[in-house]
Amino acid sequence: MSATSTAAKHRAQPLSRAEKARLSEGKRAERRLGWLLCAPAAIVMVAVTAYPILYSVWLSLQRYDLKFPDDREFVGLSNYVTVLGNQYWWTAFGVTMLITVVTVVVELVLGMALALVMHRTLVGRGIVRTSALIPYGIVTVVAAFSWRYAWTPGTGYLANLFSDSAPLTERASSLAIIMLAEIWKTTPFMALLLMAGLALVPEDLLKAAAMDGATAWQRFTKVMLPVMKPAILVALLFRTLDAFRVFDNIYVLTAGANETSSVSMLAYNNLIKGLNLGIGSTMSVLIFLTVAIIAFVFVKLFGTAAPGSSEEGRR
Amino acid sequence: MESRGAKWRWGLLDVVVVVFALIPVLWIMSLSFKTTNTLTDGHFIPREWTLENYKTIFQTDQFVRALVNSIGIALISTLIAVVLGTMAAYAIARLDFPGKGLLVGVSLLIAMFPQVSLVSPLFDIERRLGLFDTWPGLILPYITFALPLTIYTLSAFFKQIPWDLEKAAKMDGATQGEAFRKVIAPLAAPGVFTTAILAFIFCWNDFLFAISLTSTERSRTVPVALSFFTGDSQFEDPTGSISAAAVVITVPIILFVLFFQRRIVSGLTSGAVKG
Repeated sequence: MSATSTAAKHRAQPLSRAEKARLSEGKRAERRLGWLLCAPAAIVMVAVTAYPILYSVWLSLQRYDLKFPDDREFVGLSNYVTVLGNQYWWTAFGVTMLITVVTVVVELVLGMALALVMHRTLVGRGIVRTSALIPYGIVTVVAAFSWRYAWTPGTGYLANLFSDSAPLTERASSLAIIMLAEIWKTTPFMALLLMAGLALVPEDLLKAAAMDGATAWQRFTKVMLPVMKPAILVALLFRTLDAFRVFDNIYVLTAGANETSSVSMLAYNNLIKGLNLGIGSTMSVLIFLTVAIIAFVFVKLFGTAAPGSSEEGRR
Repeated sequence: MESRGAKWRWGLLDVVVVVFALIPVLWIMSLSFKTTNTLTDGHFIPREWTLENYKTIFQTDQFVRALVNSIGIALISTLIAVVLGTMAAYAIARLDFPGKGLLVGVSLLIAMFPQVSLVSPLFDIERRLGLFDTWPGLILPYITFALPLTIYTLSAFFKQIPWDLEKAAKMDGATQGEAFRKVIAPLAAPGVFTTAILAFIFCWNDFLFAISLTSTERSRTVPVALSFFTGDSQFEDPTGSISAAAVVITVPIILFVLFFQRRIVSGLTSGAVKG
């Protein structure tokens, strides 16, 4: 896109032949340098993602269990039939969807509140911002252990608050705790992205709206939200796809017990515990497709507001 | 204009935020300082303080090896990702060449890639290549997933640099390469440093790749080692050791956050939101 626009620019300017030749010489050198500088990064990224994902498509079409390596055989789509006809897959899929939707919605609300607090607060702004960053930086596994011990009967301060039940041994309460751990960990990230959007809201506009008698809520919905829309969409897209990958918290908190496995957890179990490369790869491909569909829907729904497009649009 | 009451209300909100953010961290710290007898008393503040848990973990080979692995793997991955990312980001910010939009698009796709989709194929590929359960076996995926982050944040930083200086350097006879090394690189250093911190946090944090692509102490990182911790005997609960180890790997991150708070915020948001 950028190439065509500059080419058009060149065409528009009448240049002598010699000048043109010199320019294109410099242009070619610039291109070469550009490609040269980007090549290593591009090669690594493609080699470690594109090739393996194609390879996993190939593996997903085979019966391939490392416990029975001699039985390896091309079986077409039968792995997909197996996985898609399996209730564990659909349970895990439902759990992952539930966690994704609930955490992203709660994080959006809490993150917006946190962003407003960080943006507007009158006292101790530095302390608030620093402490809000800490959950983002903490190793997820560490946070997960902290939550696990907090809810362990006897050991934990939280478990002791609620009679003497063991919340991590029941499905509903386990899921609630997993979501709590996810929300705690990633709300600050959401808030930071939203805060960057808040910074774009012109102060004059807010003052003018206040003068015209707009209530705080009206100022928020009519002035701030429209300006922040791109930031909100980026934050939502990033967090949705990130939430869909949930693994660490579940692994530590419940290890997938009581039907709390996510799809990532299920794929991991089939692969590393079950050593079934065929089924594991089938799940990998299905997860990849699901994420691609989610991303596609986001970009379609929000059009040019999607990240990346603004990058190209500006050039 | 702001009344005293408003100040109090904001202060109260601030306290809520700080408590919400810090409680789990303080709790795991508290556990790590508790003695074996008081470990399961459920009190938020330890009644008897001890450093025994820390002594124990630093005496076990399991933890020390994992710590060395974690530091080594995260540092090497960060270094390579930042070098490659700097080169690419410079090209994106400064040069005009076809395929630029594609590169930005691809790195965005990778930032959102479901990492678990790579686990099965990488497991098989690395097993064949002999990379399974080695440092390079983890460093490769870490570089890949740290690269989009570095490319995004760095190209945002590079766009803010006063590029007239580069022109001046070229006028004085420097080539594009020299202008990059001698003029721009020093100016970009703060941005590069911030990006390095973000990349390091990512590598330091990873659990999925580390647990799937390693099998022994040879390359297991701390987050994974934590989940395999056992007590000295099978009757001893590893809660104290796990808490102490958790605190040890949390400290560097908290220090980063404390010292570079402002830069981390601008780094995290520059890539995602454009003004």
